[in-house]
Amino acid sequence: MKRIVQKHPLAIRWFHWINFPVLAVMIWSGLLIYWANDVYRVGWGNTTVLKFFPDSFNKALNIPFRLAEGMSFHFVFMWLFAINGLLYVCYLFFSGEWKLIFPNKKSLKESWQVVLHDLHIRKGLPSQKKYNAAQRVAYTSVIIMGLGSLITGLAIYKPVQFKRLCAMLGGYEWARIEHFTLTILFTLFFVVHIVQVLLAGWNNFRSMVTGFDVIGDLPKMQATEEKSTEEPPSV
Amino acid sequence: MTNKSEKIVSAKYVRNRTIGAFAVFFLLIAATIAGWRWLNHQPEDNSVPRPLRAVLNGNEKLFSNFIYSPGNISKTYPIYYAAPKVRVNGDDGLGDDFDAAAWKLQVVKSPGDTLFITLDEIKAMPKTDIIFDFKCIEGWSQVTHWGGVKFSDFVKKYNLSGQSDMQYVGLNTPDKKYYVGIDTKSILHPQTILCYEMNGKPLPMNQGYPLRLIIPVKYGIKHLKRIGTIFFSNSRPKDYWYEKGYDYYSGL
Repeated sequence: MKRIVQKHPLAIRWFHWINFPVLAVMIWSGLLIYWANDVYRVGWGNTTVLKFFPDSFNKALNIPFRLAEGMSFHFVFMWLFAINGLLYVCYLFFSGEWKLIFPNKKSLKESWQVVLHDLHIRKGLPSQKKYNAAQRVAYTSVIIMGLGSLITGLAIYKPVQFKRLCAMLGGYEWARIEHFTLTILFTLFFVVHIVQVLLAGWNNFRSMVTGFDVIGDLPKMQATEEKSTEEPPSV
Repeated sequence: MTNKSEKIVSAKYVRNRTIGAFAVFFLLIAATIAGWRWLNHQPEDNSVPRPLRAVLNGNEKLFSNFIYSPGNISKTYPIYYAAPKVRVNGDDGLGDDFDAAAWKLQVVKSPGDTLFITLDEIKAMPKTDIIFDFKCIEGWSQVTHWGGVKFSDFVKKYNLSGQSDMQYVGLNTPDKKYYVGIDTKSILHPQTILCYEMNGKPLPMNQGYPLRLIIPVKYGIKHLKRIGTIFFSNSRPKDYWYEKGYDYYSGL
């Protein structure tokens, strides 16, 4: 016998798995667009530490000379990205699920402890509900980043009609830099997310598909009894 | 920690629900891949798969009808912001066999009724200068200084109000190798000019001497260099970059 608990509501699983390919298309088409004016780099003076992006990267992903294609996909899939994201945020509010995701007073301090724990520097985790403090900070940040991508994107897309917005972001060229930076942050989030999902294991991954988490096995004997009052083992 | 949704179930139940959910999950992945393939293999409308083109045209309707306003002005700059060296991007339609002395602007009022206007006649009209951030569809921009005649003044002066009730304006280079179509609302924007000066001097050949379009509410692809003919239409005039897969509207 198994003890299971509902972890992810169906709506959240849909929003999550719709967002994944849509965001992938947005980033890919964004690369096609960025290539036409690929001026960003990390460096100083004539020294470039990292060029966005190296020729080998562009070649490997077949990026060059596809600006028009990139724009057509970007300005179609932006609607899916925006609508899915807004519905997700609405859902968080109306379901009360936001209480489990938004950071609380302790989250900032605790998220540091979680990071130290995950890096095997500290033993033991602070107590948590659905998400630990680091997850709360990360998942809330990524919502804000999504909103930021929409806003900076709109400012680049229609800088004359949304002139004030564009000015608030520091002007057209800054808005483009911000939009690009957010994309880099998204990909960094993605990498950490994948690593954490791999480390967390099958049960955790399964819950994002099935919705439930298996929180423990019950010995055969106990299973025949009424209902156990024993605390589930902490995960 | 107790949870309302906590249940005690058989291992078989867990297995069956897992298999069920993953079956749906993999079906949806397959459907997504199939949908992506379908989308990329649709017949093309001007180099863009039709469903995408339909949404792009919808975007045009949305922004043109509900967001665009002639009161929304492209930011202008003091003259010292203007780049002395103006970036040159593209020479389509600027063939070498151009006879500058014989040039006259042709404005087709209706089939068989064409105005021929000299550069001096255009220069005799009130001049407007604009220093704004010119935006290329490639993603770069540059503050540049242009001078010429407001398109809206030009329409008044040559009694083209009847023509400008039509939805689109088409422009061609003299050799007809570069051509754009622009919605009339945008070309009547107060910052749109028929431009004959750059940085206070006559346009250089590579910037479209003797007359080009400057339309700050559009990407650079619509700022046609060396205007030969202007005409009006209720259907979309052909557009060089639209045919190559870009958005027709290309509005900012």
